[in-house]
Amino acid sequence: MPSRDITEDRHDADPRPRDITDMSSDSAPQPDKAHGGHDNRPPHLAHHFETPKQQFESGKLGMWLFLATEILMFGGLFCAYAIYRGNHQDVFLYGYGALDKMWGATNTVVLLASSLTMAWAVRAAQKGQQKLLIAMLVATFMGGVGFMGIKAVEYKAKYDHNLFPGQQFNAFYYESGKPKYPEKLAHAIEYIDGRNAGRGGASHGTDGQGGEHSDAAPAPGEGQVLQGAGHQQAEADAQAPAAVIVTASFAPPADVTNLAPPASPADAGVLDSAIDHAGVVQTPHAGHTQILWEDLSQTERGKVHIFFEIYFLMTGLHGLHVLIGMGLIGWLILKARARTFGKEYFTPVDVIGLYWHLVDLIWIFLFPLLYLIH
Amino acid sequence: MLAILAQTDKTLFLPPGRSTFAGTHDGLYNFVLWMSVFWLVLIAGLLVYFVIKYRRKSPHDVPEGPTHSTAIELGWTLPPLILVMIIFVWGFRGFRDMNQAPNGAYQVIVNASKWNWSFTYGEGANASQLHVPVDTPISLVLTSSDVIHSFFVPEFRVKKDAVPGRYNKAWFQATQVGEYNLFCTEYCGKSHSQMISKVVVHTKEDYAVWLEKQMRWWEGEKPADVGMKVYTQRGCKQCHSLDGVDGDGPSWKDLFGSTRSFADGTTRVADEDYIRESILNPGSQVVAGFDNVMPTFQGQIKDPEVTGVIEYLKSISTHYEGAVLEVMPGAAEAPPAE
Amino acid sequence: MSVIQDPVNSGVYSGQDQPGGTNYINHSKGVMSWLLTLDHKRIGLMYMVSVLSAFALGGTFAIILRTMLFTHSSPENPISDSGQELYNQMFTLHGAVLVFMFIIPAVPAILGNMILPLMLGAKDVAFPRLNLLSWYCYIVGGLFFLFVLLSGGLDTGWTFYTPYSTSTSTSVAAATLGAFVLGFSSILTGLNFIATIHMLRPPGMGWFQLPLFLWALYATSLIQVLATPVLAITLLLLLAEKVLHIGIFDPALGGDPVLFQHFFWFYSHPAVYIMILPAMGIISELISTFSRRHIFGYSFIAFSSIAIALLGFLVWGHHMYTSGQSGMANAVFSLITFSVAIPSAIKIFNWLATMYKGSISLATPMLYALAFIWLFTIGGLTGVFLGSLALNIHAHDTYFVVAHFHYVMVGSMMTAFLGGMYYWWPKMFGKMYNEPVAKVAWFLIFAGFNLTFFIQFIAGSQGMPRRYADYLPEYAFFHKFSTVGSYVLAAGLVLVLLNWIHALLKGKKAPQNPWGSNTLEWHTSSPPPHENFAETPTVSDPYVMGAWDYDESIDGYVHNPQKAQELAQQGHH
Repeated sequence: MPSRDITEDRHDADPRPRDITDMSSDSAPQPDKAHGGHDNRPPHLAHHFETPKQQFESGKLGMWLFLATEILMFGGLFCAYAIYRGNHQDVFLYGYGALDKMWGATNTVVLLASSLTMAWAVRAAQKGQQKLLIAMLVATFMGGVGFMGIKAVEYKAKYDHNLFPGQQFNAFYYESGKPKYPEKLAHAIEYIDGRNAGRGGASHGTDGQGGEHSDAAPAPGEGQVLQGAGHQQAEADAQAPAAVIVTASFAPPADVTNLAPPASPADAGVLDSAIDHAGVVQTPHAGHTQILWEDLSQTERGKVHIFFEIYFLMTGLHGLHVLIGMGLIGWLILKARARTFGKEYFTPVDVIGLYWHLVDLIWIFLFPLLYLIH
Repeated sequence: MLAILAQTDKTLFLPPGRSTFAGTHDGLYNFVLWMSVFWLVLIAGLLVYFVIKYRRKSPHDVPEGPTHSTAIELGWTLPPLILVMIIFVWGFRGFRDMNQAPNGAYQVIVNASKWNWSFTYGEGANASQLHVPVDTPISLVLTSSDVIHSFFVPEFRVKKDAVPGRYNKAWFQATQVGEYNLFCTEYCGKSHSQMISKVVVHTKEDYAVWLEKQMRWWEGEKPADVGMKVYTQRGCKQCHSLDGVDGDGPSWKDLFGSTRSFADGTTRVADEDYIRESILNPGSQVVAGFDNVMPTFQGQIKDPEVTGVIEYLKSISTHYEGAVLEVMPGAAEAPPAE
Repeated sequence: MSVIQDPVNSGVYSGQDQPGGTNYINHSKGVMSWLLTLDHKRIGLMYMVSVLSAFALGGTFAIILRTMLFTHSSPENPISDSGQELYNQMFTLHGAVLVFMFIIPAVPAILGNMILPLMLGAKDVAFPRLNLLSWYCYIVGGLFFLFVLLSGGLDTGWTFYTPYSTSTSTSVAAATLGAFVLGFSSILTGLNFIATIHMLRPPGMGWFQLPLFLWALYATSLIQVLATPVLAITLLLLLAEKVLHIGIFDPALGGDPVLFQHFFWFYSHPAVYIMILPAMGIISELISTFSRRHIFGYSFIAFSSIAIALLGFLVWGHHMYTSGQSGMANAVFSLITFSVAIPSAIKIFNWLATMYKGSISLATPMLYALAFIWLFTIGGLTGVFLGSLALNIHAHDTYFVVAHFHYVMVGSMMTAFLGGMYYWWPKMFGKMYNEPVAKVAWFLIFAGFNLTFFIQFIAGSQGMPRRYADYLPEYAFFHKFSTVGSYVLAAGLVLVLLNWIHALLKGKKAPQNPWGSNTLEWHTSSPPPHENFAETPTVSDPYVMGAWDYDESIDGYVHNPQKAQELAQQGHH
């Protein structure tokens, strides 16, 4: 929070110019003569505040409170994330393979840089450095543009591989125990398995069962999918020849679609053992650090789409905040060009700066949670 | 004194207790009730007393009195605190007993759907009312085919949600033979208030007889009558009318033999196969103009029951002119023993 | 933060609040002077009109559903599909409209907006523009609900439980958006109040000289700011589920419907305290004023508000004992739930102690305060039944719960709201209401409420489930009795409204301080000028009323500065 220390002395407006920049770019508003001079209130001071300091601190407190609401709103999504990741680790390990670490990292750098320029802009406003202020605001705005541009590239890749959220788009939906879009699903599996197998081959080979996998992993494509799907799925596709694997091996996830009660007491006993204390049906955990489609249980396969929904909801809501931030910064640029801000009055720059830092901060959490699941 | 009051089995407000939980529950209920009456009378009494005793004599009054006392504050904080902690522990212990079925409890699978109950017994029998033997721990495994429902029998003091995608467990032990109301207490849509069934508690001997009969309840009945009973007992009537007016599902009147048009533009004549598939896999052929809301009955309905429905549909359709079966197929070879 | 659009600056209207001068109501004219106003009092008035309209609408739904429940079906006369659907719509809209549009905003948005800056001796809230924005959010949210009414209704219950809410064909999406926007209205109000109480307290008013109504509003605002965003995200998820079928809450798509309940109650349980805390704040003011006694145990009442607000965040799971959550979770939620009972009990005892040795006037606001204590005691004690695990299992989702939360959320909150309205009515409008009529209306409301809802505790204990369009014959007596009671209650509320309208049109002029209270809003004229105070009031202990002398000629109290100074001297020693 580089702006904070500097603002401490903002109200003791030092009448002497500190340096040459200050003089040349002095944008401090002239005392307003329109108000009849009944007191010497500066024009930016709203009627219900006694002093500029009170107004500034109110604005800042208001923004902090608003940021608290933002954190709680995202907190809801982080909770949903934690619950689903906790219950279905492999789904997340699998799904994150579709994300591009490099783009994510680049975006992190872009946003961090824009946070720096924003802080710099606040400092420039406090010191009344008009040109620097505008330059830094424009740089911050461009950071936002860059971030959203990269996000668009990433979203485009998801769109191309049918990973958009929603039953109308996402390839991973099941209906009555069968894939809703078998062809799209085969394509999406190929895409993600290819990426997963490619990105962590070394670590995969070292794990206990790696030998079996490394046969399948190096050859992305149809053959790999088919071979992979047959692996460790004896109970599901004993009757399934490779050619129809895409439909035959997707037996209904046991706990989702097949809710018909077991017909015999023996079955009911099995059911008991599958119910944990909370009543949630658990599935065995595959135990790999690197997950291919074949490693997912039937239940988990039915939930892969949830990873993408959480990814899109989190990054989408965050992106919306970036857009709003860009709008606010655009407004600041216009105001700054009209010489609204100066040493006396820079509250909007300061509080919008706070907002921008929060948007940045949220991304700092989103990036590792979504892109760096390993 | 409150504890003594609580020990009596008399209840002002509760229905008679008919399960083993009722003792603890009603004891605690009475304790909290009389405690509440005590506090309410105390507070209201002081209120009225002060209003009368300290009523304003003149608008010029400037009364004086104490404005704070930490001792008094602590004094009136402690008794309620102790009381609620007693109630917490009491309630928790009662709950713990309700939460854990004893080993070897007799298991019944409860499947709730809009808007009827289906109970499946280990022996393979199925019924829309819950029949249980008296003095036997009954363990329920509850789930739902569509939305959340909740299983509630007031006389047993037992309640548990039936959540789709989960298996919740509950148990009880009935202490008296009789019939008790079974309510759905989680709002589940249009006919929530009609989702009422019965728990029938039999003597152990009667229960064995009932179970034996229930496993082949259709024997000796005309297939169309079997179908009509399925219609009323398995919840078909909640969506399918018999008067030709469509509800959430198409009316059954004149359905058999008619040509059905589906949402995807295809058509098909409603024959035996069609009816069978509609019952076992309803989502596969949704008639145009209706939502895909019917739960599957796969695994919950027996072949003779399906046959019964088909024959019943034939009997109420003008599009079908053939004969309706008089005897359940397969029953002829092995008539029920007299 | 420019003041260009705000034509009035500090001091311009000073001294013009005398009889015949301008006040906040008549200081500028025209529709736009209201729709674009930044004056907290005018915004409060606009809230009053809109919130009371929502109250009338929700109340009408209640009367319709109670009337439907007067009869039940029989084999000869079965309930129709349309009858069931209408009932389900009525109880849903009744709950949704009254919770989101009446109970939550009523006290903070109407009385809080009106009174909070006045009590602080401030000119306005910290962010007048956000304040206006919050009213517009309320109106937009209300329009969404109107759209819902006209476009297929809503039949999910106000709780929107999945997967029912994602599978019904009624207007869930519009209702969700409406509640979302209303949530923003609530957040903006809360944020504004916190900043105002922090920043705009006058010199000499430390935290422990705040009137207790402000402590209550502060605690309420904390909840509004911290809980409502969770509702917002929950509703967004629900909307995504409804529109895109994403499957987070839908078990058919791999989701968990109970997760929705956790999210929903994480907001909605604290929301119960958004409803009741400001009501308790009003009661503290009323009991002290009409007993003409310093409030007893000031700091215990103040801290109990904060304790309730904080503990209120940790008890949401007690709505879900039967949902299948783990026994351990149930036990923890039950324990914390019981601990919330204590601060509530403390408040009741302190109010009683305030009346002790007082000079108790039974003016209408005080009658409502007394009714509050009765209703809240019943509501709180029946909460002890529901907090207990074993008892909750039986009572959950029966009329016992319906009766309990109506006693707390409606009985208590509504009587406090009405009491507050009567109390501040002279200040807000400068007119007195008709006292005998107000007392008759009070009696009808108090009697009607108890007739309607007390019997529902018995019905619920007997096993009558809630949200039933129809019922078995054994519950008929309870329902008929309750319906008759609801008519009495409705008659009382109509009488209140008529009395208020009469007071506005024909009421006699109100003195500056008809009750002799010492909180700062009584230090300005009735109604206050646009700038709130002609001269900055001197801060003193809000519950020392000795400096106000009764003046028979105006039937009100007049400030005696000399006495005030003496009392201030005594206070220092």
